Amino acid sequence: MTTNNYPAIRETLYSETLPNGLTVLVARKPGYRKSFALFATDYGGADRRYTDGGAWTDSPAGVAHFLEHKLFDMPDGGNALATLSNNGASPNAYTGSAITAYHFESDRGFDENLRTLLNFVSTPYFTEESVKKEQGIIGQEIRMIEDSPGFVVFMNLMRCLYAEGPLRDSVAGTVDSIAQITPETLYSCHRAFYNPSNMVLCVVGDVNPEAVLKTALEILPAEHRDAPRRDYGPSAGETLAQSRASAAMEVSAPQFLFGCKIAPAPAGEPRLRQQLLAKLAANCLMGPSSPFYLDLYEKGLLSADFEHETEYAGGSAHFLAGGESRDPEAVFEALMKELARVFEKGVDEALFSRQKKALFGEKLRELDDFDDLGRELAQGKFDGFCAFDVFPVLESIDCAQVSDFIRSVFLPERFALSVVTPKAR
Amino acid sequence: MDVLRKEILPFVALTCLKTDRFKTACMSLNLLTGLTRETASQNALIPGVLRRGTVSHPDMDSLARALDELYGAKIEPAVRKLGEIQSIGFCAEFTDDAFLPPGSRVAERIAALMGELLISPNTRGGLFLPAYVDGERQKLIERIQGRMNEKRGYSLMRLREFMCPFEDYAVDVFGSVDQAEAIGYQKLTKHYKAILAASPIEIFYIGSLSFETVEGALKAALLNLPRGEADTELGTDIRMNSVEEGPRYFTEVLDVTQGKLAVGFRLGKCMENPDLAALRVFNAIYGGSVTSKLFMNVREKLSLCYFASSFLDLFKGLMLVSSGIEFEKYDQALSEILAQLDAVRTGDFTAEDLTYAKKYVSSSLASIEDSPAELESFYLAHTVMGEDCSPMDLSLLAESVTAGEVTEIARGIECDAVYFLKGITEEETHDDQ
Repeated sequence: MTTNNYPAIRETLYSETLPNGLTVLVARKPGYRKSFALFATDYGGADRRYTDGGAWTDSPAGVAHFLEHKLFDMPDGGNALATLSNNGASPNAYTGSAITAYHFESDRGFDENLRTLLNFVSTPYFTEESVKKEQGIIGQEIRMIEDSPGFVVFMNLMRCLYAEGPLRDSVAGTVDSIAQITPETLYSCHRAFYNPSNMVLCVVGDVNPEAVLKTALEILPAEHRDAPRRDYGPSAGETLAQSRASAAMEVSAPQFLFGCKIAPAPAGEPRLRQQLLAKLAANCLMGPSSPFYLDLYEKGLLSADFEHETEYAGGSAHFLAGGESRDPEAVFEALMKELARVFEKGVDEALFSRQKKALFGEKLRELDDFDDLGRELAQGKFDGFCAFDVFPVLESIDCAQVSDFIRSVFLPERFALSVVTPKAR
Repeated sequence: MDVLRKEILPFVALTCLKTDRFKTACMSLNLLTGLTRETASQNALIPGVLRRGTVSHPDMDSLARALDELYGAKIEPAVRKLGEIQSIGFCAEFTDDAFLPPGSRVAERIAALMGELLISPNTRGGLFLPAYVDGERQKLIERIQGRMNEKRGYSLMRLREFMCPFEDYAVDVFGSVDQAEAIGYQKLTKHYKAILAASPIEIFYIGSLSFETVEGALKAALLNLPRGEADTELGTDIRMNSVEEGPRYFTEVLDVTQGKLAVGFRLGKCMENPDLAALRVFNAIYGGSVTSKLFMNVREKLSLCYFASSFLDLFKGLMLVSSGIEFEKYDQALSEILAQLDAVRTGDFTAEDLTYAKKYVSSSLASIEDSPAELESFYLAHTVMGEDCSPMDLSLLAESVTAGEVTEIARGIECDAVYFLKGITEEETHDDQ
């Protein structure tokens, strides 16, 4: 296995690509009792149209998420969630627009749990009956999500940013879209996307990396197949479908989310660099230490719940920021003003310097969180870089690059605003 | 990991968990005071007001610069409910000095800053700045009003209110809008000075520094901490029985698409001498894990709901069950939730079920030792409960819990209240006609 030492951050990463195409990454953490394993596929809610070497196939919204639920069923009638829990592990899974991941944390029986994890994720088993039952359970989950103002404000923003394409649909789909799912749909998607060359296994803990490799080689299929190709539809560029969206729900105060599309940099170091630039740009423009935030906080227009993030999915990327405010339009107007100011003057050097130092400290602390680290390593692999490279790349970024990023990406006309307002009673 | 708790100033205790493993260090400073309807909002407001500025860092901009320079350290107001005790103060998260350039001394500077935030706020004429109080009060009100946005948490809050109307436990950790609206800067300053002098203070530190170093930094930081008559009567009243013979039922209607059913139980007899490990194993069997009776039956077998789980409030001696259901399934779901508890009472679970539950509890407890934030939370809670044990201690005890201990706990439990949040139905919309 390849060993990479990062003495400055006291981390060691072991990596290897198996003959079947799977990448295995092990971040060794001596002295820890618990271990964490994450087995992920480069497949999410946005991957609706694909080819596995043959004809192009279209799948309904919600398949990736449905598959995530159903994979826990084993052919012997057992359930992997129970098997892992009964063996003292804490298992879970999640589906995003671009990734589906299955993970567990355990303080004992790691190898046994790893075997269970690799086994159940690579063993598709679906029946008419179990699919029908899951449609009921997921239907409930969808209803619960639909009651959530956070979900509604987000989906409406996605529809402002994307005129067409899979990002307009929820990862979980709708009750109607999942009604179209059959066992055949699931088998087909599993075969295409749960292909080791489209996947990554990340382990964090005081484990023996060679032993992890050995287990993976034993359990997973030996066959190598090329990863599937996806079609996200035509890119509409940076033009908005619409600039505003609004919905009324049972909320105590307006919830808002604004954002813009970002043309994703090519995979590899350019993408890592872009992600860090976006983060620093956002922290300087609207982070908790920024003039914009501090001013609006004092005016009572923003609170500590105001957050931002950048997501890459569906062949695109977008920047989002939001929270609660009694006057989202005022916040948006203040943002436009601040953008104009920074476009003209550039980012303040001293502010940038402090943000860079702060981000370094934060990234260092994040290494303690096995869950976060596992996810970062997995997503990094799918984006073509190693998560630990964040430190040297961050070091190389200067203020001018951040100002340039803002001027080329955060153009005022690219921003849309989505609001959920309280229902009139 | 070395754990040491000692009083470092009158009624100020420091618990120091020394370890080299983490890149993240934590420090929290907590004033303990009784949770009451009259003072909850004032107490909840204080950390936010203090956080707005100190004598040497008079505004948030100045504080932000100082924290960013300390490698992005965070100090956030902390307002927590521990049964009928309200804990207010600050939680700091920062990079451990062992991973920073020598001489950074972040931990000591954080201790100094926290001391300043607590005892040297930015004032004028000895009073809090009205703008700071007004601003934070408004945010507190918005936070209280925001409770209804997340329906699961909201349904549990309402259950507590209905179940314990004459107990301080029903008071929300942020108080109420009415109480908050009545707060002015003069009244708040007076209240702050009073609790600053009277509240026992619990400080927690997790990181690579020694007890002596942290103690030194804190004693310097808290040099001018006023100490008067300490409020040593703090505690939570544990009611053993339900309020009435049978459960009380409450229903609320909001525009929701999924119903929320919350059921409240008094743990009863087992709280006379609580066995923390056995209680956790009981909860794992009944509804606190993915192999629990609630999850396997109410969710998996009967598909009655998307989630159904139980959790214990060991400060107050309660068990709360929370589930998301379709409106029509109310009777069935409630019936099943109660039936599963009966099953545990009669020992209707296998040796395997018990083994799995014990493993799950033992593992969860052990993994607390791997997270600074979880350690802080664990030690604050157990210190307040008067329990002197580590997560590992409980983890080992969990492995020897017996079926008899589990059924004994279950037999003493009584259902006290049921709360159902449902959506607007056809009949309700046509009520006026």
